[in-house]
Amino acid sequence: MKLKKLRKISRRNALQLIAAFTGTAMLPSMSFSQPNKALDRINEITKGLGATESDIYLDLPEIAENGNQVKVSFEMDSPMTESDHVKTVYILADGNPSPNVAKFYFTPEMGSCSATTRMRLSKTQNVYLLAENNNGQFLMTNAKVKVTIGGCGG
Amino acid sequence: MSSIKPRVKVPKEVSIDEIVEIKTLIRHPMHSGRMKDADGQTIPRQIINFFSAKFNGKDVFKMDLEPSISTNPYIVFQYKAKESGTFDFEWIDDSGEKYSISKKMAVS
Repeated sequence: MKLKKLRKISRRNALQLIAAFTGTAMLPSMSFSQPNKALDRINEITKGLGATESDIYLDLPEIAENGNQVKVSFEMDSPMTESDHVKTVYILADGNPSPNVAKFYFTPEMGSCSATTRMRLSKTQNVYLLAENNNGQFLMTNAKVKVTIGGCGG
Repeated sequence: MSSIKPRVKVPKEVSIDEIVEIKTLIRHPMHSGRMKDADGQTIPRQIINFFSAKFNGKDVFKMDLEPSISTNPYIVFQYKAKESGTFDFEWIDDSGEKYSISKKMAVS
């Protein structure tokens, strides 16, 4: 009889503990996100002109199990001639300590505008691609990557 | 630092106007300046910050790398073959150290 009573109390305690724990665990995710560093950077690069949302092929995993090695590929439709080509492409990540990831310089010699690299993502976040044409026009797209284990150290 | 060795994959023979894929990889720790070692000391930033590819001396592709690029940077890009020649690849790291490699490509 005594044993049964003890067990009952401990279970209630356990439930209370679980409730308290989930409560605190949910707090950080409820607090609102900080200003978007990547969008600020895009504003800075385009000198406030902004970029047109465009249909650029940006290949990123939906879920990255390891944030240390996230493969990113992109391909843009461009004739890549002297008079009409993509000049630079920026990859930006809004959740990393610094939004800059990479800047690619393309030339008409390349015949196509596509590249692949691997990057680090510290947490679940949006990855932005910003492209500048030789005539100064900006295009952009973005994709969300869920990161299971972050990859920025610290 | 002879331990850092670049590797590049360039097709040896291609036909004219073919778009070829160039794959590059360099062994480099890419210390972002945020990691800590076993003693809790911050490892200073040491990354490859620039990559360039030239064909017969002419600029083809360049890239600025930031600390957000993974260890052992892997870069793939494309090139439209027009004439036979040599690719020169170069990586530069924060200390100013340069690593380079050349590859020949025959175009028919």
